[in-house]
Amino acid sequence: MSFEKICQISDIIPGTGVCALVNGEQVALFRPTAEEQVFAISNTDPFYQSNVLSRGLICQHKDELWVASPLKKQRFNLVTGVCMEDESFSVKAYQARVTANGDVEVAA
Amino acid sequence: MSKLKLVVIGNGMVGHRYIEDLVEKTDVSQMDITVFCEEPRVAYDRVHLSSYFSHHTADELSLVKEGFYEKHGINMLLGERAININRENRIVYSSTGREIQYDKLILATGSFPFVPPIKGHESKDCFVYRTIEDLKAIEACAKNSKSGVVVGGGLLGLEAAGALKALGVQTHVVEFAPKLMAEQLDLAGGNQLRQKIERMGVNVHTSKNTLEIAPEGTNARNVMRFADGSELETDFIVFSAGIRPQDKLARQMELEIAPRGGVAINDYCQTSDENIYAIGECASWNEMFFGLVAPGYKMATVAVDHLLGNTESKFEGADMSAKLKLLGVKVGSIGDANGRTEGCKSYVYQNEEQEVYKRLIVSQDNKKLLGAVLVGDTSDYGDLLQLMLNEIDLPEHPDALILPAHAGGEKPTLGADSLPESAVICSCFDVTKGKIAQAVSEGHHTLADIKAVTGAGTGCGGCIPLVTSVLNAELAKSGIEVKSDVCEHFAYSRQELFHLIRIEEIKTFDELLEKYGKGYGCEVCKPLVGSILASCWGEHILTPQLVKLHDTNDNFLGNIQKDGTYSVIPRMAGGEVTPQALSVLAAVAAEYNLYTKVTGAQRIGLFGAQKDDLPQIWRKLIDAGFETGQAYAKALRMAKTCVGSTWCRYGVQDSVGLGSLIENRYKGIRTPHKMKFGVSGCTRECAEAQGKDLGIIATDAGWNMYVCGNGGMKPRHADLLASDLDKETLIKYIDRFMMFYIRTAAPLQRTSVWFENLEGGIDYLREVIVEDKLGINAQLEADVAKLVDEYECEWTATINDESQLSRFAHFINSDMRDENVVFVPERDQHRPATFTEKHPQVKGDILHVAATEA
Repeated sequence: MSFEKICQISDIIPGTGVCALVNGEQVALFRPTAEEQVFAISNTDPFYQSNVLSRGLICQHKDELWVASPLKKQRFNLVTGVCMEDESFSVKAYQARVTANGDVEVAA
Repeated sequence: MSKLKLVVIGNGMVGHRYIEDLVEKTDVSQMDITVFCEEPRVAYDRVHLSSYFSHHTADELSLVKEGFYEKHGINMLLGERAININRENRIVYSSTGREIQYDKLILATGSFPFVPPIKGHESKDCFVYRTIEDLKAIEACAKNSKSGVVVGGGLLGLEAAGALKALGVQTHVVEFAPKLMAEQLDLAGGNQLRQKIERMGVNVHTSKNTLEIAPEGTNARNVMRFADGSELETDFIVFSAGIRPQDKLARQMELEIAPRGGVAINDYCQTSDENIYAIGECASWNEMFFGLVAPGYKMATVAVDHLLGNTESKFEGADMSAKLKLLGVKVGSIGDANGRTEGCKSYVYQNEEQEVYKRLIVSQDNKKLLGAVLVGDTSDYGDLLQLMLNEIDLPEHPDALILPAHAGGEKPTLGADSLPESAVICSCFDVTKGKIAQAVSEGHHTLADIKAVTGAGTGCGGCIPLVTSVLNAELAKSGIEVKSDVCEHFAYSRQELFHLIRIEEIKTFDELLEKYGKGYGCEVCKPLVGSILASCWGEHILTPQLVKLHDTNDNFLGNIQKDGTYSVIPRMAGGEVTPQALSVLAAVAAEYNLYTKVTGAQRIGLFGAQKDDLPQIWRKLIDAGFETGQAYAKALRMAKTCVGSTWCRYGVQDSVGLGSLIENRYKGIRTPHKMKFGVSGCTRECAEAQGKDLGIIATDAGWNMYVCGNGGMKPRHADLLASDLDKETLIKYIDRFMMFYIRTAAPLQRTSVWFENLEGGIDYLREVIVEDKLGINAQLEADVAKLVDEYECEWTATINDESQLSRFAHFINSDMRDENVVFVPERDQHRPATFTEKHPQVKGDILHVAATEA
């Protein structure tokens, strides 16, 4: 497993997500705050099999961060990909990091 | 065992309630039920009869849900009369020659209007006021008349006078007694009412004994001659001088008749024949008959209970207190309004400036309330009624109950706790405090829920403040805290957040979170605060600090579809579009392969646009003169219009012009939920405006404004807020309505639900919007004016801002597009492919897919 460079951290507006193409897979990358920290889970909403999760709203529940799908608002954990409403609909989580020179990298 | 044969004669309000109650309490398929309805239509709301003139549709007044009688297998004989009854063999003979056997018979024959035996009363210019057919006849006559007289200054007479005034004829009221509403009001109260009514242009003539009506007028068709020698000219006359029980059938079959008329009944509503019940206005209990609907409903319930073997349920008389609005004047009468009880004392408050009169009648020892008269202000009615009905001890200074707030004394409020469980809170639907308490304990914790479950407050609505205080007291008692917090990050309601943002001039989510919230925020509070910031400060929806707050719809200015593509819906204000613009729309749709459909909002939607195409699509549309339609936003969507007077041969006003004007005025303003407007050019109402958040219907004299309607999942008929408005006043009222809704609604609450939770209902809303009760209207109008000034097309701003465009790419690290967006042909266009169409080879774990493709 190796880390692949995606973009600069400044390319992601704080509080939002973007979609990255990593080894042919669609990955949703989130930057919850102005800090240099990112999270990565699959971009595919398993309820509709549509690639939309990067466009969801980042939210906090039970002291953890999630993204609410823009389609029907089910929440997915940014660290684990677990679906709050129904664990059988959980999605894949990826490792992601920001390097010292501001590169955003995802492990694939 | 053979089925019980039940025959109900009469399908008025009470007869229908009897059937409804029966259906609710027992399995009616085990009975053979026949209903005689003499009128050509099933039961309708006679209490609001005069509203027929404003709506012109009998359906509106109907009390019967479509298919109700068919569904329950009840044999409804419409337009058929029962003409005779053989009690010995228990057979009803009908006007068509039918013979129907009964085991139990219910008489609900109602009453007929009393017409005094005045010479000339049979003229074709004389009418009564009871059925829709009567109203149709009056309306036809009014078309060829300039003046009309109502004989009778009681409750029904004034209601009829209101109808005549609405028909546009010079209206007179002639009353035999020296005052109006002699039954319900004392002399001073009657005079106050008279003063108000006369100021509205209705002429009142009291102490007039009509001797003759003759077709000998000089300026009108008829002349009325009175005992005092005076005369009054008029084109037509409506008799509304009281009612008499319709007891003809009962007399014919020799049932016991009460001395003053009406079929005599016992506490179970049985007549002198134990197999025959009588209920409603045709019945006489203890030598009294009741011309109000609430006692009739009570009798219906008692008679059903007795039929089903419940002898606990008894009719024990009825309180004749009433709260009404006659010709726009609020009038309340409670108990012994005329102070006839021996030794009673009075407290009187009169304010001639505001035309308010209030009187309390209390017992000799100053401890109990016996009655009250309220004219011009009935806000105390609910509390006073409960004090009287439940014989609650009065406060030390009873006059404090009716003095205005500026008099300085603290008004003693009636705590819901002081009421017994049996206290009737809603008299229209006979809902007790105990019933509301039970609903609360079953988990119904909002006013809207309580209304839906118990029916309380859904009749005249006068009890809503009291229902609310009972609800709150019950919630407090059971330790249930009603949280209106928007979410775990803000311990405030949406309304409170709105005020904090305004007053402290907060401009960002982070500032609000730091000062008043905790944690990070979520999918509820973020878009909510984004919407409030937009409503308050008109911040462009795409300001970088706001992007993280918005749903994808607002960020990419399109409505996201199930496959992740977006809709493109430009504004077509009022439903108008030029052929030139339409051809550009067609060309763009063809170029980008967009599925094209006329939406439910009188405009054209293009579907299936990938988000990286959106800026180019919109550039082409904007160059052709289109602008965004905000079809993605919690904002005004559109104003649906009919063709209106410019083309339609029925139209009386330019509905398209007005629709286009208001759509353009309010477009882009962010509201708690989406809003839809409708404008109809005449009462035919082709724009279905009464199913919209704001509905406007043209009249001969201007515009009628309806609010808080809804189609969709839970349809709600809009309420009439104000009538015959000119355009300027209408716009003012809409400004106030919109901003008041924006300020006070809960998150994602449509106007219809907001309205159902509004204490005081339409009267309260009218007080705020029309009478400026809260003193905020200037501010509300200024707020709207600012937002209107600052409007810009969000799509125009976006395509002109290079920095916005990078966000529209699908991948941040590739120019590729989402290859999962796949279409298949359907009906000459295309639709999104299903999962199995995209992946025909996958056979394994399709559980999840199956769940979503159903």
